[in-house]
Amino acid sequence: MSLTRTAEPATPPPGPPPAVPATPGPRRRSPRSWARGGGPACLVFLLPLFLVFGVFSWWPIVRAVVMSFQRTNLVSAPTFVGLDNFAYVLSDPLLGTAVTNTLYFAVLSLVFGYPIPLLAAVLMSEVRRARGLFSVLAYLPVVVPPVVSVLLWQFFYDGGSTGVFNTVLGWFGFGPVGWLQDPVMAMPSLVLVATWSAAGGTVIIYLAALTSVNPDLYDAAEMDGASIWRKVWHVTLPQLRGILLITFILQIIGTAQVFLEPFLLTGGGPANSTTTVLLLIYDYAFATSLGGDYGAATALSLMLAVFLAVLSAVYFRLTRSWSSS
Amino acid sequence: MRLVLGALLGLLFLVGLGPMLWLARAAVTPTQNTLREPLSLWSNPLDWANLYTAWARFDIDLHMFNTVVIAAGAWLVQIVVATTAGYALSVLRPRYRKAVTGIVLATLFVPSVVLLVPLYLTVLDPPLLGTSLVNSFWAVWLPAGANAFNVLLVQRFFDNLPREVFEAARMDGAGPFRLFWSVVLPMSKPILGVVSVFAVIASWKDFLWPMLVLPDPAVQPLSVRLPALRSFVELDVFLSALALSSVIPIALFLMFQRTFLRGGGLGGAVKG
Repeated sequence: MSLTRTAEPATPPPGPPPAVPATPGPRRRSPRSWARGGGPACLVFLLPLFLVFGVFSWWPIVRAVVMSFQRTNLVSAPTFVGLDNFAYVLSDPLLGTAVTNTLYFAVLSLVFGYPIPLLAAVLMSEVRRARGLFSVLAYLPVVVPPVVSVLLWQFFYDGGSTGVFNTVLGWFGFGPVGWLQDPVMAMPSLVLVATWSAAGGTVIIYLAALTSVNPDLYDAAEMDGASIWRKVWHVTLPQLRGILLITFILQIIGTAQVFLEPFLLTGGGPANSTTTVLLLIYDYAFATSLGGDYGAATALSLMLAVFLAVLSAVYFRLTRSWSSS
Repeated sequence: MRLVLGALLGLLFLVGLGPMLWLARAAVTPTQNTLREPLSLWSNPLDWANLYTAWARFDIDLHMFNTVVIAAGAWLVQIVVATTAGYALSVLRPRYRKAVTGIVLATLFVPSVVLLVPLYLTVLDPPLLGTSLVNSFWAVWLPAGANAFNVLLVQRFFDNLPREVFEAARMDGAGPFRLFWSVVLPMSKPILGVVSVFAVIASWKDFLWPMLVLPDPAVQPLSVRLPALRSFVELDVFLSALALSSVIPIALFLMFQRTFLRGGGLGGAVKG
């Protein structure tokens, strides 16, 4: 994660050699120039960062690790209990259900939300006039507050025969579907709302990547008589490989933490068919107003975080070995 | 190809705009008509009073005000933290900049779910303050500032500013504060626009965190209050409330399309 400078000034500034300006290195400075260059002022400027990150990011991260080995309630001092929290979480029969449901949600999200935005972006990159209109329409659901979309779709999902979606199905002669009441349909219904609210963002990311593909490559392919689909397969997709990997990982990380849709639409039901890992964490910590099982909640959070870190590490390694072979 | 694109445009209209148009119509339709004929294109008579009922009797005005105040505060905290940190790390360049950048970036790899419980306990009993921040807007504003992505964005932008300008300003006797306020900030409007859009949208969308730390309905933003309303408000008024809640974000989007769409693309580009 090095932050190298991408554009160097045309004429090197006087003073330190411009070859490695991004690394602090063994640069010699007199105390006076240190002060004028902002030595003490630097700390003043970093103060907001240290305060906000320290109290609301670094310290809670450390605290999460410590708390996962403690029994914490808000009344008495926390006591260390070793691995009890982890043992408790791992023996919870709901954990398996939650993990399976979350994986199911992730897979369904990939099935719905991965190819469709890509196809839409590839088609939109062929648009010559009014591409802005396409982009605005695709992105509109992303700016609708998620709570509004979820509550609106909850009405669309009404299970009666006069529900909005069931009316449409009725036109084609299909019976009313209990979208959120049927344990089989509940999860796909949640994924559908989530995809509707998120897909536009992915489209825009792909579109930005597509417009940065070198047009010479397309000209060369056209010269060789390639059809549009061959151009997509042989020119566009290889160029997009990096961005496809990134959106894939982002989507896994996002779906592993899905909360809003099951919390508001089904509350984990029917019959726990939509209980996700984050819903379980929330239930451990906040479901009762008496102060919940914070130890179990942080233990499960940590396991989820480690899983996500391992997943992205493995995935990066895999794709690196593909591209080097 | 034209046919395919035409079909795509039609589909985008139906899927992207359709539900919002439906909501706009349902907001001014009496409950009975919405329930009986959910897909009729127009309703007679229109019931404009729904909007007023939602606005005035169910306090949508109050919650929208809260939403705006929460978004504005979160925006300000994020801008202050990101610009001062970016300036210190990228323009002033202290020796320890690599270490600081490292521990800021490391938080990008910690999913927010890990922070949920410890952050909640921190807000219940914050260090030095001695009083709980629950039901205070600070409980939402301050954690919003701990956003490594913003710091990274601003730092990268500052890295690419021409350093001759800084040198020239120093020659003319500008100290570090003057340099920040009069030179660097005016040059960084594009990136501030992107960070602002991210900040406002994220704050407008947030649900779980404000729900945890703002249990008092009087300080809740729309996103937290709407789910509670659905159980005791009549359907047509409820749909009006949903429509009213979407007006500002959609209007902002239509006004600043370019920044939104560029920011959306940038999100992928920078994470790469």
